[in-house]
Amino acid sequence: MPDERLPSSPGFWRSPLRGPWFTSVLGVVLLGGITVLFVTGLLSYAAYNPDLSPVNDKTPDKGLLGFYLFAWPTDPHWLYRLNQGVHVTLGITLIPVLLAKLWSVVPKLFALPPARSLAHALERISLLLLVGGVLFEFVTGVLNIQLDYVFPGSFYPLHFYGAWVFFAAFVVHVVLRAPAAVRNLRRMREGQEPEEESGAQPEFPLVSPRPAEPTVSRRGGLWLVGGGSLLLFGTTVGQNFDGPLRRTALLAPHGGADPGSGPNGFQINKTAASRGISAAETSEEAWRLVVRGRSGTVRLSRAELLDLPLYSSALPIACVEGWSTSDQWWRGVRLRDLAALVGYDADAAPDVLVESLQRRGAFRSAALRANQVRDPRSLLALDVNGEPLSPDHGYPARVIAPAVPGVLNTKWVARMTFGDL
Amino acid sequence: MRPVMRIRVKVGSPLQLLLLACSFTLVGYAGVRLLADDWFQVALWFVGAALLHDLVLLPLYAVADRAVVESLGAAGHRERALYVRVPAALSALLLLVWFPLISGRVADHYPSATGLSGEGFLARWLLITAVLFGGSALLLVLRLRRATKQRPPAAH
Repeated sequence: MPDERLPSSPGFWRSPLRGPWFTSVLGVVLLGGITVLFVTGLLSYAAYNPDLSPVNDKTPDKGLLGFYLFAWPTDPHWLYRLNQGVHVTLGITLIPVLLAKLWSVVPKLFALPPARSLAHALERISLLLLVGGVLFEFVTGVLNIQLDYVFPGSFYPLHFYGAWVFFAAFVVHVVLRAPAAVRNLRRMREGQEPEEESGAQPEFPLVSPRPAEPTVSRRGGLWLVGGGSLLLFGTTVGQNFDGPLRRTALLAPHGGADPGSGPNGFQINKTAASRGISAAETSEEAWRLVVRGRSGTVRLSRAELLDLPLYSSALPIACVEGWSTSDQWWRGVRLRDLAALVGYDADAAPDVLVESLQRRGAFRSAALRANQVRDPRSLLALDVNGEPLSPDHGYPARVIAPAVPGVLNTKWVARMTFGDL
Repeated sequence: MRPVMRIRVKVGSPLQLLLLACSFTLVGYAGVRLLADDWFQVALWFVGAALLHDLVLLPLYAVADRAVVESLGAAGHRERALYVRVPAALSALLLLVWFPLISGRVADHYPSATGLSGEGFLARWLLITAVLFGGSALLLVLRLRRATKQRPPAAH
C-alpha cells in the first residue's frame, strides 16, 4: 500500500473533480484554441514581411521556420486588426482553461516509476517541453502586452522560437491523447461512463481512489473555468474598439479612456516624448522629407507635400499587442505618387524603406512591399480626422497602410527610399 | 561459462518513438535558435515556468482552497465554500494576468509609451473584486432568506 501522504500515491489526490471527462473537455477546448493561437501567431509573423528586409526581421536565423512566409496582402484592410485581436484576446481568454487543464492532470507529474520504457521516458521529457512551452508562451505574451519586458531577450525571437518548441511537443501530445479525449466525450454524450484515460500511467488514474466529499460538481467546476474566461474576455476585448466599448476593457493595457479628446485623441503606441522627438526638428523650417529613387533625390517641406494631390483613407491602427482603433480618417499623399516623383510608374512602384526621425528603439526603420506601396489607400498621412497629425501620432508625416502591423506605419518619417529591397 | 548480465531496457511503442523523434528534431531546430542569445536565462524561464507553476502556484492555491473549505466545514457550512471560492478565484485570476499593471511595476514607462495614465488599474481591480465578493454575499443572503421562507413553520 503506497503512503497516501506522498504525492506519488494516487490516494494523495483527493479532489472529486479530477477525471477523464473533466480533462477531456478542457483538452478539446485547448486543442481548438491553441491551434487558432498558433495559426494567428504565424500569420502575425508573416504580416511583418520579415523576408523583405533586415529592418523588418527580428529573427534573421529563422531558417526553415519561415518556410510558409508570403507577401502579406492589403485586403481586407482590417486583416491584421482581426488577426491580432483574435490572437491576444483568445490567448487571455484561454488562461483559465489552461490553468484548469494543468491542475486536472498534475497528479500524473508525480507518478512513479518515472519511466517504464524508453518511449515513456521520452514522452515525459516531451511533456516538460509541452508544459514549459505553453507557460513560456503565455507568460511572455502576457508580459509583452503590458510592456513589462523582464523576459530574457527580445520578445519576437523568444515568442516565435518558443512557439515552435511548444508546437513540436503539442503535436505529439495531441496525436497520443486527442483520440481518447474525443472518445471520452462521445461516450459521455451517449450517457455512458467515460473510459479511464489510456495515458502513459494506467495504474495511476486521474479519478481519485479516495475522493473528498464534493463541494461542487464537475459541471460546476467547468462553469467556474468558463466564468473566469468570460470575465477575462469581457474586460479585455473592448480594447479593440473605440468609444464606449473601450471603456469596458477595465484592466486591459489599452482599455478605459482614450489618451486624449478630439481628432487626435485615439490610442497611441509610443509618444513623441518617449522616442526623443523634439518640436525643433519637426518644425516647418527644419523638417524636410527626403525621397530617394531611380531618378534621384527629392526634398519636400510639409507645405510642399500639402500642395501635392491629397487622398483620404479610412484605416485602423492595429498593434501586435492586441489592441486596435476603429478606422481613422487619414489624409495625405499616396505612397505610389511619391514613388512616381522619383522615377517609377505608380502602377509599378517598388518596395520602400521608410526611416523615422526616431534615433533609438525597434522599428525606427521599416520596409513596405511593392503591393503595399501600390495600394491606393497607402498614404504618407499629414492629417487625421480633419486636423494635422499631433506629435504623438507622427507629425509632420507618417505612413499609414492597409492591414499592416502598427509598427510598420512609421511615424515622424524623415526618409523614404524606393527601390527593390 | 559465466552468465552474461543482461540489462533489459523496455523500448515501448515504435510508432510513439518515431513520433517523439520527429518532435525532438523540431524542438532541437527551434531550440538552438531560442537559446542562441542567452541560453541559461531562457532555459531557466522555460523550465522555471513549469516548475514554478506545478510546485509553487498550484500547491499554493490548492492549500488556500482547502483552508477555506475546512474552516467553513468546521463552522458547519461546508456547502458555502463556493460563495468564497468563486469570487476569490476570479479576483486572483485577474491579479495573476494583469499583475504588471495592477502592481504598478510598469508605471514608469507605461504612460510615456501609451499616453495613458498608469494609475487606476489597482483601483479598478479592487472595485471588480469588491463587486465579485459583494455579489456573492448578496446571492448567499437571498438564498438563505428563500430557504428560511420555504421552511415549514416550527411547531409550538
